[in-house]
Amino acid sequence: MRAGEIRVSINSDQDIVTARQKGRALAIELGFSTGDATLIATSISELARNIVTYARKGEITLMVIHSSSRQGISITASDRGPGIWDIRQAMKDGFSTSGSLGLGLPGVKRLMDQFEIDSEPGRGTVVTVKKWKL
Amino acid sequence: MEVPILKQGEVLIATFQAALSDADLEHLRRGLVQQVVKFRSRGVIVDVTAMDVMDSFASRTLREIAHMIRLRGAETVIVGIQPEVAFAMVQLGLTLEGVATALDLEEGLAYLIQKFKNID
Repeated sequence: MRAGEIRVSINSDQDIVTARQKGRALAIELGFSTGDATLIATSISELARNIVTYARKGEITLMVIHSSSRQGISITASDRGPGIWDIRQAMKDGFSTSGSLGLGLPGVKRLMDQFEIDSEPGRGTVVTVKKWKL
Repeated sequence: MEVPILKQGEVLIATFQAALSDADLEHLRRGLVQQVVKFRSRGVIVDVTAMDVMDSFASRTLREIAHMIRLRGAETVIVGIQPEVAFAMVQLGLTLEGVATALDLEEGLAYLIQKFKNID
């Protein structure tokens, strides 16, 4: 494990709360505003919820990231669940295969600065989002 | 962590203490609806001032609570959504459509009392 890296395994709804609280604490520690910390915590909540709902278990990794001039936070949600068949469809607002409000992925993308998704049917899904400190 | 429900005359007040899990929210939904029936309450205030995150599950559960309670003939008002939580909800595309909201407990009570007056 690298320094500044926090891993939270996601197995239940209680882990969703743990992950988002750790994310908020890290964001505040890095000097993010409480507003941005809330956006980060909310994104973690949605990503962790997708893991519990669709893959049952997985992991959230929080990392401190650096560019030449800025610091930020990176969140990776990974699972070995069923994967997403149609990523383009999943990135449309309101799309869901579980009767819920949707995967929330377009929303998470709006909350964060960068969004990447890699998913293969039958193998799992990895979503990485980043937020840079202003 | 369970949400305490306080009875104040015809109104029930549920105050969220901190970060709630999905199970806590479902427990609250059951408890509130049961108590509205038991006490023949006419109004419910859900105070979310202390809530750190309002994600899709939490906002859906709050909407369901309000709709179930309306079917019982009572009114629900959500109070204390923090500005940064509201901002995140809008970005995420979450709404509390059809659910009354107020700034704080005091305004929520005033809203309910006005509603009761209109009905009586």
